[in-house]
Amino acid sequence: MFDVNELPSLPAYEWAHEEKHAFLTRELTELTRHHAQHCPEYARMLSAWGTDVENVQSFEELPFLPVRLFKELSLKSVVDEELHKTMTSSGTTGQQVSRIYLDRETSTLQSKILSRIVGEFLGKQRLPMIILDTSAIIKNRAMFSARGAGILGFSMFGRDKIYALDENMQLDVEGLKAFLEKHEGEDIFLFGFTFMIWQHFCAELRRVGYRPDLSRGVLIHGGGWKKLADQHITTQQFKQELNETCGLTRVHDYYGMVEQTGTIYMECECGHLHAPVWSDITIRRSTDFSVADVGELGLIQVSSLLPHSYPGHVLLTEDEGRILGEEDCPCGRKGKYFEIIGRIKRAEVRGCSDTYEQKK
Amino acid sequence: MSKRNNSCTWLCGADWESVKPLRPFDESVLAFLADVSAALLRSREAKAYPDVATFAFFCRRANLERLRADYPENDRLGRGLTFHIAPSNVPINFAYSLVAALLAGNACVVKASSQDFAQTRIVCRVLDELLQGVHSALAPYVNVCIYARERQDITEELSAQCDARIIWGGDETVRRVRAAQLAPHAVEVTFPDRYSLLAVDAQAILAMDDSQLARLAQDFYNDTYLTDQNACTSPRLVYWLGKETAAAQQRFWQAVHSYAAQRYPTEPVVAVDKLTAAYRAAVALPGAKLCVMPDNTVVRLQVDALTPDLDEHRCAGGFFVEYTAETLDDLIPVVKRKYQTLSYIGLNVDELKRFVVDNGLRGIDRIAPIGHTMDFALVWDGHDLIRSLSRCISVL
Repeated sequence: MFDVNELPSLPAYEWAHEEKHAFLTRELTELTRHHAQHCPEYARMLSAWGTDVENVQSFEELPFLPVRLFKELSLKSVVDEELHKTMTSSGTTGQQVSRIYLDRETSTLQSKILSRIVGEFLGKQRLPMIILDTSAIIKNRAMFSARGAGILGFSMFGRDKIYALDENMQLDVEGLKAFLEKHEGEDIFLFGFTFMIWQHFCAELRRVGYRPDLSRGVLIHGGGWKKLADQHITTQQFKQELNETCGLTRVHDYYGMVEQTGTIYMECECGHLHAPVWSDITIRRSTDFSVADVGELGLIQVSSLLPHSYPGHVLLTEDEGRILGEEDCPCGRKGKYFEIIGRIKRAEVRGCSDTYEQKK
Repeated sequence: MSKRNNSCTWLCGADWESVKPLRPFDESVLAFLADVSAALLRSREAKAYPDVATFAFFCRRANLERLRADYPENDRLGRGLTFHIAPSNVPINFAYSLVAALLAGNACVVKASSQDFAQTRIVCRVLDELLQGVHSALAPYVNVCIYARERQDITEELSAQCDARIIWGGDETVRRVRAAQLAPHAVEVTFPDRYSLLAVDAQAILAMDDSQLARLAQDFYNDTYLTDQNACTSPRLVYWLGKETAAAQQRFWQAVHSYAAQRYPTEPVVAVDKLTAAYRAAVALPGAKLCVMPDNTVVRLQVDALTPDLDEHRCAGGFFVEYTAETLDDLIPVVKRKYQTLSYIGLNVDELKRFVVDNGLRGIDRIAPIGHTMDFALVWDGHDLIRSLSRCISVL
């Protein structure tokens, strides 16, 4: 296997298709072998799927595990003594959460790769940082969730951090004014969750009538569009609102999940999500799980070289999206670029038993 | 004071306060049901719903007379008032529950699914018209209502009044309804979650001509995909017997696939559900192998051994665990109370019955040829509904 320590030094968005595909096929196959040896459950799944690991031509042949399996089964490829921490997904109350087991190696690798990807958009310097969320999120352990973990994770790319909202979700106008005065003329890193930014940050700016000048800001936001899509808010409206309320123009969404922390998919200047060298997007047709054509809508498979301590290197998400192209995005980054359409819908099922999840 | 709670929506019937128990198969009930049958079979609206048509067919006078022949005794009376909780997602089930209790000689209060099913409306409109007309004497015996399952107070009120309670609809529903106390003398019949399987003789598949095979595929489809493979009667395990099973399996599944693929589009979420179930089952069941199929319509997982937790590895929408053996004996250690319907292809029904009885199996209450697993009968889940819902007057 490629030396794990060498991974962070690879160029994030430069490899052409053949090179990247061959690299991922070799490395993901090796990871498959690794997990089959160290995770008995995974070995049985691999055997059921029937892939001959000694004869893999393309990583698309490897079994893709539905992300939901991590909610139902305890899957790890390390002995308990080597466990460093367990990540959980932000399932809403009552739902089962994913449990992702990390050892030090995987955890460190995640941080390094995340740093490399984010660095492509923020530069190498740490920038003064505004967190577009409430200061209560870190203070209150009960609230500490994927949101808190996300904020902590991205905080390592900033310095001199402040929260835009106080503990009562009110805009900290004085704090922001002092911060912007202090950092006048500098680039500023902003981070937050899409829905929180829309519902609280933008709404508070409008409510108090304060228009900070964030034209030198770079915003990275994630967490999904579901809540905004429910309100029929488009990406364009979101960006326009940010531009109107605080002059932000450099806005980057990202797509990522706790099951593959580290290898996030950043939105470029052209509005496209990009796969970096350490991971890839495959779109599968739900009818037969065959690989879809460019432009064709299907289920999103995410493959990542980072998961060593749990068999989550090839996963089938419940998100739908489409590949927009490969290597020809006007932003100049190579690799596949794509868009997310949304989460697949739960169907009404017939049958005698009515013990299904209650609709709210 | 009326016993009919105003918080419910009453679709038919009348206050039952002073009703008397009837004899099983009372003439007034047979006449009423025969008219229900005729009205439904005439109804243009009902024709769009095969389940309503099947119900109408069940209520034909000739069929009721045939059923009566199984109950020659004349020492029985209905228990009085029966209270039924129908399942939330099988539209027509409430009507069968009602008919069984009526035939046993009881007044009925049936809580139909609160989902807005056309079948409920169609059947209840016919019931209501007849009860307002020539069959008005039966109106207190035939009450159908709808209320939200959260209204446990209504469930409690009706449970306290009734002489027998019938609960359909899964373990959770049974538990929730059971929290509502019955009168000390009252009896209860419950229909919780069940698990069903199909046993196939490989030679029977190989001996079929193409048209027989196509008809078989349709029967199998009706017992599985037609209800999202989520009826308690839908087979989830396919148990292969005999020689040349591999060839038989290929022939059988090809036929099922070509029938189902045209009629049952696999929704993305169902495709993911089935893959998840397959992997989860592969972890638990020895020697699991996913079979290659043209698409996600039929998902098959072949296993080398059956385990006691086999029934947990199920998934709606076309997911089948397959097992092959010389005899059915490997079922003996795994069949538990949860096992309900054993359907079959090419096997001898008397031998199957002997297999269940001679081995003292805790489960398997029904044995049915494929295509008929859902056929309603007055004996269901091992309960004889006429005898359970009536009392015997003994003379010493």
